[in-house]
Amino acid sequence: MNRLIMGAVAAALSFAHLPTVASAHDYAVGSLKIGHPWARATPPSAKVGGGYLKIENSGTVPDRLLGGTTEAAARLEIHESTFTDGIARMREQTDGVAVEPGETVELRPNAIHLMLVDLKGPLKQGDKVKATLRFEKAGSVEVEFQVQGIGAKPQATPDHATH
Amino acid sequence: MPILKWVRYGAWTAVAIVAFVSAAILLGWWRVEGPGRADMVGQNEPAVGGPFTLVNHAGKTMTDMEFRGRPMAVFFGFTNCPEVCPTTLVQMANLTKQIGPAADRLQVLLITVDPERDTPEQLALYLQSFDPRVVGLTGSREQVDAVLKAYKAYAKKIPTDNGYTMDHSASVYLMRADGSFRTMIDYHEEDTSALAKIRMVLE
Repeated sequence: MNRLIMGAVAAALSFAHLPTVASAHDYAVGSLKIGHPWARATPPSAKVGGGYLKIENSGTVPDRLLGGTTEAAARLEIHESTFTDGIARMREQTDGVAVEPGETVELRPNAIHLMLVDLKGPLKQGDKVKATLRFEKAGSVEVEFQVQGIGAKPQATPDHATH
Repeated sequence: MPILKWVRYGAWTAVAIVAFVSAAILLGWWRVEGPGRADMVGQNEPAVGGPFTLVNHAGKTMTDMEFRGRPMAVFFGFTNCPEVCPTTLVQMANLTKQIGPAADRLQVLLITVDPERDTPEQLALYLQSFDPRVVGLTGSREQVDAVLKAYKAYAKKIPTDNGYTMDHSASVYLMRADGSFRTMIDYHEEDTSALAKIRMVLE
């Protein structure tokens, strides 16, 4: 009987985990939660790579991602990609990314994202890349970027994944 | 009789005005809708594309003539581009895979907008990560500027704290087998419509 209950509990737990398997990779600092940092693999000669993640602010004061450092590149910067009239542009966001209380900000491809600039070597799919993110109020937090495929797209949010 | 004279003058003036307006309307119709309109006399055609001389990623000089007889998918990018360029190359590979062997005729070209940094060697390394059929093209600044101009594509060097980045046209130009322009795939275009466009140039 015990074994049956244990089995059921284990099954329920593993099932409950399923939708968030890929994003069961979160970090916290202060009232900020950093969700699933990931990066795209890069071609052998590329000097730059994109880094992506979600920041949830469950606190009561605004905070701001200012940048950070990473073992994989000389710099970790915040950039914004825009597309107007068929032209792609990318600019550094020197004043960072605001995260208002109660809000979740997603750094994703083709929008505001992190840039690993002057890569020490190509990012390979399956690699884990250590980085430190620096926030204006919450301070610094160490995270690990999971390197996905070259053209990888952001995963569906857990809300969508369960449907 | 002065009054009659004035009436006569007035009448002729009215005739002249009517004649002038009629002529203007007729001329306008001729040029805008009639046989004299611009596209009937061969003006104002959007001539996108044209001859180019560039250097491929193996270091060999190539002109557009070497691809004649095959439809081309032409994309302007650069290897220090973290998002648009890899995404587009991966998307093109996915699309041609979905079409199957019929898409083997399509020649995908990546023309760098950053020839200063994108040497043939740099392009060759970069392209190792993508469909091996993609040909990377670079050249002198003048050669690259000439192809940009022919394709009416945009590229601009933007200085940054530690060097520079490039603003650039992010669409894929689909060219017919005879080298003439057919249509473009936008960066955010849905696969279904992009597939339909590729099939159009494969016909």
